[in-house]
Amino acid sequence: MIAALDLRLGIDVGSTNTDAVVVDRDDRVLVKAKTPTSVDVTRGIAAAIELVIAELGDQRGRITHAMLGTTHAMNAVIERRDLRRVAVLRIGGPATRAVPPLATWPGDLRDAVVAGATVVDGGIELDGSEIAPLDLDAAARFFDALAGRTDAVAITSVFSSVSDRHELAAGELARAIFGEVPVSLSHEIGTIGLLERENATVFNAALGGLAEHVADAFGAALGTHGLDPAKYIAQNDGTLMAFEHALSYPVLTMGCGPANSLRGAARLSGADDALVADVGGTSTEIGPIVGGFPCESDEVVGVAGVRTNFRMPSLVTMPLGGGTIVGNGDGAVTLGPASVGYRLEDETLVFGGATATLTDAAVADGRIELGDHPLPRERCRLLIAALRRSDELLAEAVDRAKIARSEPLLVVVGGAGFLVPDDLAGVSEVRRPEHHEVANAIGAAIAQVGGQVERIVHPGVIGRRAALETVYEEARSRAVRAGADPDRTQIVEVEEVPLAYLTDPAVRIRVKAVGPLALT
Amino acid sequence: MDAIDRQGLRTDPRPAQLGVDDLPVLARGCAVMGAGGGGDPLIGVLMAREAILESGPVRLVDLDDLPDDGLVMPCGLVGAPTVAIEKLERGTEGVRLAEEVRTLTGREVVAIMPFEIGGSNGLIPLTWAARLGLPYVDADGMGRAFPTMPQMTMNIAGVSSDPCIIADERLNTLVIRAASVGWTERLLRSAAAAFGGAAVAAIFLMDVATARRATVRDSVSRALRLGAAITRAESDPVGAIVAELDATVLTTGKVVEVTRETSGGFVRGSAVIEEAGTGALLRLEIQNENLAAVRDGEVRASVPDIITVLDSATGEVVVTERLRYGRRVSVIAFACDPIWRTQAGLQVAGPAAFGYDFPFAPVAPHRPGAVTEVRR
Repeated sequence: MIAALDLRLGIDVGSTNTDAVVVDRDDRVLVKAKTPTSVDVTRGIAAAIELVIAELGDQRGRITHAMLGTTHAMNAVIERRDLRRVAVLRIGGPATRAVPPLATWPGDLRDAVVAGATVVDGGIELDGSEIAPLDLDAAARFFDALAGRTDAVAITSVFSSVSDRHELAAGELARAIFGEVPVSLSHEIGTIGLLERENATVFNAALGGLAEHVADAFGAALGTHGLDPAKYIAQNDGTLMAFEHALSYPVLTMGCGPANSLRGAARLSGADDALVADVGGTSTEIGPIVGGFPCESDEVVGVAGVRTNFRMPSLVTMPLGGGTIVGNGDGAVTLGPASVGYRLEDETLVFGGATATLTDAAVADGRIELGDHPLPRERCRLLIAALRRSDELLAEAVDRAKIARSEPLLVVVGGAGFLVPDDLAGVSEVRRPEHHEVANAIGAAIAQVGGQVERIVHPGVIGRRAALETVYEEARSRAVRAGADPDRTQIVEVEEVPLAYLTDPAVRIRVKAVGPLALT
Repeated sequence: MDAIDRQGLRTDPRPAQLGVDDLPVLARGCAVMGAGGGGDPLIGVLMAREAILESGPVRLVDLDDLPDDGLVMPCGLVGAPTVAIEKLERGTEGVRLAEEVRTLTGREVVAIMPFEIGGSNGLIPLTWAARLGLPYVDADGMGRAFPTMPQMTMNIAGVSSDPCIIADERLNTLVIRAASVGWTERLLRSAAAAFGGAAVAAIFLMDVATARRATVRDSVSRALRLGAAITRAESDPVGAIVAELDATVLTTGKVVEVTRETSGGFVRGSAVIEEAGTGALLRLEIQNENLAAVRDGEVRASVPDIITVLDSATGEVVVTERLRYGRRVSVIAFACDPIWRTQAGLQVAGPAAFGYDFPFAPVAPHRPGAVTEVRR
């Protein structure tokens, strides 16, 4: 860690562009840059750094912190490349054998990831006792048989959210047998729901190598400019993890794009509570920010056809953007879902093309001036009707994204933000902040360090307050291990969900702790 | 199988067997019949899938096609669905139940029947039917999901709850020989808690002749038809469900308020849905399942009729745990099996049985000639 905080560099690797910004202590944007994301993600990162550093000139030495947000791991899974071979151990026998590990994985993904998989006796009951004693002998036989063919280990025990002791014991055994192999433990990765958490834990183990590769490249790219700032990786929940720590938890960072975008947009508009709409060429995503953080979705997250339960921001997505094709079916206006996408400047009417899009509609209505071709008058009526329909759909999506009845501020970002009218129904105000095109990178640069913990507790045994306090403490310590300042780390979110149909009440508690970057 | 019922009315054909591809379809139907509870059918799909991949498809049979004196084993999961998605089953617990039934009665089980069609229990016993090589009965003991054992049609029909067998993944097995179904329920709950919060049970063992009058007939094929209708529906899945069930749409709008508390082992709460256009409010009363729908102080639907909340756009069931602000939903209600509307049925499964003081308010009654009535 370094002694003072001065300038921060934020990088966001999106599927299309890699964005970079440098902000000062007051979160003001000093320089920004945008480059196409390269197939080899690291070249795009280097190019973006190159651009902002060049513009920063003599000031470059003032960069004390660098934050990276990247979703390239998602592509690695989809394309089955750069994945580690994982030994998959489930602790839960004789229970859980009805559905073996990885039963629902596509065959080729399984072949690419799995060195071997088994279920051994053990695991925890809801009340904290054992389903069966942990069968370390069986686990050792499994690991021994895979020695030399395994790059990483994923361990999932039943009810590790009640007690992690079987996962910890099996993790030690794995290290004893394999040596310094990375071990992913499910209680650090996901929530209740054995199969989804197990899947997420296997992904976490498989993606460790890629995380190291990107981290090395990021450090090297900064090094070529003589920089050695404190480095952080953005997490899915809108907080950061220190670099060394993040290498162990790649799935907690693989979906950080939406959280960065929401937080960056909100900060640019000066609001802690707002809805954010990101309007692109083909789709629009709308999500709430509460107290400066995105709300978490309780939906299952599918990754390459596999169900997982790692936490992602709650978002409403709809297929509506600047390139959405306007049609005329049976006299009624139709919107998309097809889009001209990145060919906007070739195909749309105002640029001399032959396809009517919502961009043309916005021009027809005078919401923006674009292009050099006048719109044929006979098509204007249809275009205006299309824009009215688009306004209705946007208003409905905005309402669906709200978390309670209210008329919130709407912050609009994205290349086709002009589609959103200033008087959109259901919001108090529409704001279009400066620098919105690099909101993702700003979201990464301004984030604080965070840690989340989820536990199942029995308030009947020790009392609700004491039960909560133990989970608070665990979340704080996780944030501090991720690089947060221990003296200023606070609990920012608490979610309590009672479990149904139980005679002895048990409560699932999720706690998020956040603190500023630790300085020494 | 034949597609003609006794009065010559054409009904949908019952598939001869259930294979891997039928499971997601059946799960959609079971979810709708779960009244917002009953546990996630997906876990049942995954369990049954493994068993069918190993042991082959399961025959689906009507009780009329089984011998009068054959022994039927109604069974399913008891306890908390939240436990069931974390501590999955071993997969052979139901085999243990059937063995114990043989030991106790000296008779072989001829067919496996789900005691509850709603939620995951409509599928979980398929796992055991596959592993035992036994057929699956096209009937159940509820026609929906309910939280307790006395709330089964076999109880109303006078079938004894003695013996009740409960087993866990260690194959710990307990036979409950209780003096009444109330005691069976009480002892079963304690046993399930001791086994870790969830276990499997067989109860209301009966011969086929008794089962023909003591169960909700055709409920598996009904769930399959419903699931197929949802799968087929391209633009209006909610409409497809309503048409298939002859259901009443209580409201279509958005969830504007949700409150929950845990008391006495049940999650109680309510949700308020604001109707699109009119702004009229509908309050749902919830205790694990959706129990009543109240509008302007008037009960519009209640147990034992089935109230299910659907996502307006996709038709997917929104279970009670997933109700939250802003969700666009349609609330539908449809008639329970007629046995629940009798005095005896209402006594164990009507509003009063859940602690409410209002009388049962039936939604559109069964149409004359509807399949379940014709079959009786």
